[in-house]
Amino acid sequence: MKIWKWIFAVLAILSLPLNVGALDFPKGPINYIIPFNPGGQSDVEARLQQPYLEKILGVPIVVTYMPGAGGALAWTKFAQTKPDGYSVCGINLPHIILQPLSQKDAAFKTEDLHPLCIFESTPIGLAVKKDSKINSVKEFIDFAKANPGKITIGISGKFSGHHMASLEFMKIADVKLTLVTFTGAAPQVTALLGGHVEAIWGNSSDLVGYEGQMKILAIGTEKRMNTLPAVPTFQELGIKFYPRIDRGVAVPRGTPPEITSKLEKAFLETVNKEDYHSKIMKAGFVPMGLNGQQSMKYIAEQSEIFKKLLAEHNLLLQK
Amino acid sequence: MDILSHMALGAQVVLQPINLLFCFLGVLMGTLVGVLPGLGPTAAIALLLPNTFHVSPVTAIIMLAGIYYGAMYGGSTTSILVNIPGEAASVITCLDGYQMALKGRAGPALGIAAFGSFIAGTISIIGLMLVAPPLAKFALAFGPPEYFSLMLLGIIILIYLASGSILKALMMFVFGLLVSTIGMDAISGTQRLTFGILELYDGVGLIPAIMGLFGVAEVIANVEQAIRTDTITTKVKNLLPNLQDWKDSFWPIIRGSFLGFFIGILPGPAPVISSFSSYAIEKKLSKHPEKFGTGVIEGVAGPESANNSATGGAFIPLFTLGIPVNSVIAILLGAFMIHGIQPGPMIITKHPDLFWGTVMSMYLGNVMLLILNLPLIGLWVQVLKVPYPILFPLILLFCLVGVYSLNYSLVEIALMIGFGVFGYLARKFQFEMAPLVLAIVIGPMMENNLRLSLVISQGNPMIFITHPISAVFIFVTLALLISPLVPSIGKKRQRLQEKVEGEEV
Repeated sequence: MKIWKWIFAVLAILSLPLNVGALDFPKGPINYIIPFNPGGQSDVEARLQQPYLEKILGVPIVVTYMPGAGGALAWTKFAQTKPDGYSVCGINLPHIILQPLSQKDAAFKTEDLHPLCIFESTPIGLAVKKDSKINSVKEFIDFAKANPGKITIGISGKFSGHHMASLEFMKIADVKLTLVTFTGAAPQVTALLGGHVEAIWGNSSDLVGYEGQMKILAIGTEKRMNTLPAVPTFQELGIKFYPRIDRGVAVPRGTPPEITSKLEKAFLETVNKEDYHSKIMKAGFVPMGLNGQQSMKYIAEQSEIFKKLLAEHNLLLQK
Repeated sequence: MDILSHMALGAQVVLQPINLLFCFLGVLMGTLVGVLPGLGPTAAIALLLPNTFHVSPVTAIIMLAGIYYGAMYGGSTTSILVNIPGEAASVITCLDGYQMALKGRAGPALGIAAFGSFIAGTISIIGLMLVAPPLAKFALAFGPPEYFSLMLLGIIILIYLASGSILKALMMFVFGLLVSTIGMDAISGTQRLTFGILELYDGVGLIPAIMGLFGVAEVIANVEQAIRTDTITTKVKNLLPNLQDWKDSFWPIIRGSFLGFFIGILPGPAPVISSFSSYAIEKKLSKHPEKFGTGVIEGVAGPESANNSATGGAFIPLFTLGIPVNSVIAILLGAFMIHGIQPGPMIITKHPDLFWGTVMSMYLGNVMLLILNLPLIGLWVQVLKVPYPILFPLILLFCLVGVYSLNYSLVEIALMIGFGVFGYLARKFQFEMAPLVLAIVIGPMMENNLRLSLVISQGNPMIFITHPISAVFIFVTLALLISPLVPSIGKKRQRLQEKVEGEEV
């Protein structure tokens, strides 16, 4: 498959007349690096974007995987890649903010990754097991206050969106929860279904998929989600709390601006397609279309919040 | 009958020419990646996923599933012929399969692996059809304490695996546990023994370890022998298992099938664990356990059936709960989403054609695999006739390419070579590889589940006793540990054994 794409690419280049345009980018295939395993949400989104991007840019988009260290491996290597626009890499928030702050060997800085766009957000919600006595966020907080540390809450990964959601929630509500760290969302959800933990922070996609098998107390969006109309937002309940995981795509810092803007335009056009929106909304995600500038601002804001949060819990890496 | 109409629906789906074609392509691919060491079903499915975009979801899933169970057929081939497992699940097949090949019985070994896989595959599909929903609930009852106790019991049973010194087997197991602690600690996020190498954050990969311990070490070990001996294979006898082989293998295949099916439902690397367990059980039940490791056919039939049956079991949580129990199933779940199917507990109800179509395709796929694999046996056996000076460099090449193709990582190549040298030396001192591989597989799961249990119970170890399922496992473990120490039980067992043997003779 890949070989065919390469052959196709070479033929395409050979058949081009001597280019007279201002910018002869892209001339060959573009490598779209996914810092996670195939089949994960980042992969699925890249696969959905792939055909549109190929049409717009006119070159093959080759999706490659570089899983490891929760993404830090790919981002560390990517930060050192030649900034020529022929490599783009999926980025996830808060991962790219938290890893340089908490991992000694993650040798990249958040600013090394120049965002092209942030295209999708996964709101995080609070869910308890189906037969739980707790029926609302208020009861959840009351119970946690009366029994500090009694509620076990499943999270997916340390220094993750779920971990930050826990720290932030415990601070806002002034409660103490016992964090049970699973190695991924699948075992975490399974543990809730089996009643092995009392509650979880659930990704919206999982909450949509398992609605009816668990009690979803609230979700971290500003407005209610179309796919979960009965679930209140934290904001409605008077809690200013918007936990979420965001996905986007970046080029290495130092990529020439005209190349960056061409890629940015291609990605924005792709992720604003109706078909793309409907597919990811159906699966329980929220489409976003932040351009490069907006993404950078958003990342900077989030960085400040998480730095403060980690410092308060004494989790900041001493460099 | 409800189930008959469902099966008819499934048959309708699968008998469409395009589905037949994709089913065949899937099992063919599966056999190929199974045979090639290193390249596993996960990589193959990931690579082929984009090619399924333009077909309907059920066609895509039929093909991808075919790759998965097809790989289990092919995985045993290299284990038997050259002592290099094509898949992690076929590690244990090396023990007796390779010995059989050395004795000129590669044909029957390959044959029984194919037939066993076919029977097991069929049994697990029937299981998938009949008991999927209730069994999925059973799997949910397994939380961290239950998993920990189950693995503890597993280790104790598997200590019987040692054909040589139990002490040496334990040493290898503990070494494996230490290796398995390398990487980022999942619970606190701290790095352990990574020495600043990002590639080690996720721990030591299983594939580089296996390829090193078996493939590279085998090549090194043979280099010193090849000078002296000619190829072993001039005397390949019959190609198919004879009547005695069938008699010996019948119960191992049946037991392996059921064992694999039940273990397959539980999260984790089920094909690996089930094949190890099946070997241990066959050895325990055998009338001649001392012969295991010298080329007995039961040692091939049981594990090869178990790992195949485990793949069927793994589809139960996928279809009934929408939960992926391993990386292959996780990719299948991703494929659902690309095709616009919401993964989750409603898949069977909302997309009956998808579920029943896939199930029926598995029947057909298994038949195709059997037809595909039997004539190949003759061909595979010819591999053994390739002279060593050509075969071994090729094996080394396959190992290198196979490991590199996983993550394009040079660190993993270095790991593989390191494991190869270690494996060679360990072999010289009569240490066995199987306990080490097993420890690398279940070490991280065991540690995680132990710690999660204690987090949940807030540090109280009684959680392992107060949970009934866990308590049963702990009790059996203790009983197994204590039984040899009680002289009367020990003697009684011996007498019983003699009696049983006497009756049979």
